[in-house]
Amino acid sequence: MLNIQNLTVSVDDKTILKGLTLDVPAGEVHAIMGPNGAGKSTLGYTLAGRSNYEVTAGSAALNGEDLLEKDVHERAAAGLYLSFQYPLEIPGVPALTFIRTALNAQRKLRGEDEMSAPEFLKTTREVAKSLKIDMDMLKRPLNVGFSGGEKKRMEVLQMALLKPKFLILDETDSGLDIDALKVVSEGVNALRAPDRGMLVITHYQRLLDHITPDRIHILVDGRIAHSGGPELAHELEARGYDEYLGEAA
Amino acid sequence: MAAVKETIDTVQKLETYEHGFVSDIEMEFAPKGLNADIVRFISAKKNEPEWMLQWRLEAFERWQSMDEPDWAKLNYKRVDYQDLYYYAAPKQKVAPKSLDEIDPELLRVYEKLGIPLKEQMVLAGVEGAPRYAVDAVFDSVSVVTTFKDELSKSGVIFCSISEALREHPELVRKYLGTVVPQSDNYFAALNSAVFSDGSFVYIPPGVRCPMELSTYFRINASETGQFERTLIIADKGSYVSYLEGCTAPMRDENQLHAAVVELVILEDASIKYSTVQNWYPGDAEGRGGIYNFVTKRADCREPRAKVSWTQVETGSAITWKYPSCILRGDDSVGEFYSIAVTNGMQQADTGTKMIHLGKNTRSRIISKGISAGKSSNTYRGLVSAHARAAGARNFTQCDSLLIGKTCAAHTVPYVEADTAKAQFEHEATTTRLSEDQLFYAMQRGLSQEEAVALLVNGFVRDVLQELPMEFAVEAQKLVAISLEGSVG
Repeated sequence: MLNIQNLTVSVDDKTILKGLTLDVPAGEVHAIMGPNGAGKSTLGYTLAGRSNYEVTAGSAALNGEDLLEKDVHERAAAGLYLSFQYPLEIPGVPALTFIRTALNAQRKLRGEDEMSAPEFLKTTREVAKSLKIDMDMLKRPLNVGFSGGEKKRMEVLQMALLKPKFLILDETDSGLDIDALKVVSEGVNALRAPDRGMLVITHYQRLLDHITPDRIHILVDGRIAHSGGPELAHELEARGYDEYLGEAA
Repeated sequence: MAAVKETIDTVQKLETYEHGFVSDIEMEFAPKGLNADIVRFISAKKNEPEWMLQWRLEAFERWQSMDEPDWAKLNYKRVDYQDLYYYAAPKQKVAPKSLDEIDPELLRVYEKLGIPLKEQMVLAGVEGAPRYAVDAVFDSVSVVTTFKDELSKSGVIFCSISEALREHPELVRKYLGTVVPQSDNYFAALNSAVFSDGSFVYIPPGVRCPMELSTYFRINASETGQFERTLIIADKGSYVSYLEGCTAPMRDENQLHAAVVELVILEDASIKYSTVQNWYPGDAEGRGGIYNFVTKRADCREPRAKVSWTQVETGSAITWKYPSCILRGDDSVGEFYSIAVTNGMQQADTGTKMIHLGKNTRSRIISKGISAGKSSNTYRGLVSAHARAAGARNFTQCDSLLIGKTCAAHTVPYVEADTAKAQFEHEATTTRLSEDQLFYAMQRGLSQEEAVALLVNGFVRDVLQELPMEFAVEAQKLVAISLEGSVG
């Protein structure tokens, strides 16, 4: 599914990722944990294709397709979805308009037919209900004036409608109270599928109580310092990142 | 939603300026240059009454003693007024009686522009689809006005101003120059002397005009100025919605367009005036393009009169334009909704004037300026309240969006109140199109062009909603096309 080899990335001439190697097979959920500044968000942005993230070495492929040579929107159409830590507000563009425009742009790029307005509305209504999102909210400009929890639910709504092959969740738990965390996690868990992979980026173990990963990788100073099973989260919670910091240095 | 989608398709398909073709039509010109004889020539060509000729000559005299204004934030090579043609008309031996008699090449031009001139074609369209009566002005002359018979059944007069001078001289004489006097400003004086055609509308008392009226202006001939004059009168208790569209070919030279629009609104009447201006903006280096020096003014002459200006300005090299409202009648209402887009080397200095003279008059200004490339976009607006305008209220919102780092946006609001009983509010914002927003939209599957189009359409949504439906779709596409290639 997702294969990253020796990925080296600089931002403004500062090297952040220093030869990161990672494989996430289809059907699995992997978590990336690590201290602040380790390069967790950089990994998400780089895979999504953000312009000032310069790949100086290595490769990244999704289902054998080279991601790094594609434009941002082509990566999205190839099935890569990045859930933002801070979803952006889009003034004047109703959420429904935004999502449908995005969905049809992806379909067009893949050579598929557009989804009709009635079909789109029907599907959206179902998904929105499961995420406890009111349809009236979707007529408002996307994320404008939404609470942190509402914004994260909109991210999950979008992934459920866009049906990506691979999901990257960047600090999805930040700014969520416990009820919102539950709704969001359930939404994400519902998307777990044998042909879909996920990478959950998080600083805390809290989210992993709700979205149980198959593997956990510890990212320190731009490299995977250690990998293990789901039990690793609790060890980290108890002992912190200190021992890995030493290892990496 | 369909409109957004269509916008995106259009952006992908179209050249930067799709109306840039030149048509090969046999034309008749007056000699180059401007003097009293040219004014007489134009008046004679149009078989005008003597009073009209005198009116023009008076304007010409006033113009000669005036100076071209230089207070706008515009930088351009001055026009050599003696090096222009002031009259150009498609050569036709006799005036056409029906569409069949019109030069087929001319009809093809309008077909290319997507403007239906053949009523039967319009009528054959989808049932329930809105119908528009069209007046088409080609260079200096109105070539055809559609749906005239149907309109006349309700007493509405919609024709070229030349025809109005022949058929309804008393109406023209009564109202012409009463909103924008001959010597109002340099360009209005020039227009008054040499205007060659334009549209005339009269809506009788109590009549709601049964269809949208529209005029399409096309400058085709080279080295020719276009000076059209539009006069609309909404008599007591009447209503009309009027649309205006403009295009021109791509030429290396600058072309002058100096129009005057006068709106007279009587008691309880209402005019909605929408413009989609897409004159050729010049090339990326700033060569060519239209100089657009336009005077538009509405006079809410009697109580409870209402006017609403909506403009989408994407074309022209230079724009100098301030559609204004004189709120003379008590309780009259003026509105101004504007989208002004500048890209490349374009310069726009545009805004409005709300002159509150009557009691409890209200006005509202929503201006959205978008600058990209190396362009400059200035909002200039005046809100004033006369001593007797107790209870006058204005709300102004000016938003500017910058795309890239080499463009400029300026906001110059003037506020004057001679009464303590007026209430004026002004809000202004300036934002840059954010990289973060673009990346977010692109991550969801939109290309960069599509993302810009979507975000910009969001920015101008408040104003687009004020346009009649079909025009809104067209305007949305136009805004996107104008900004093509502005990022990255």
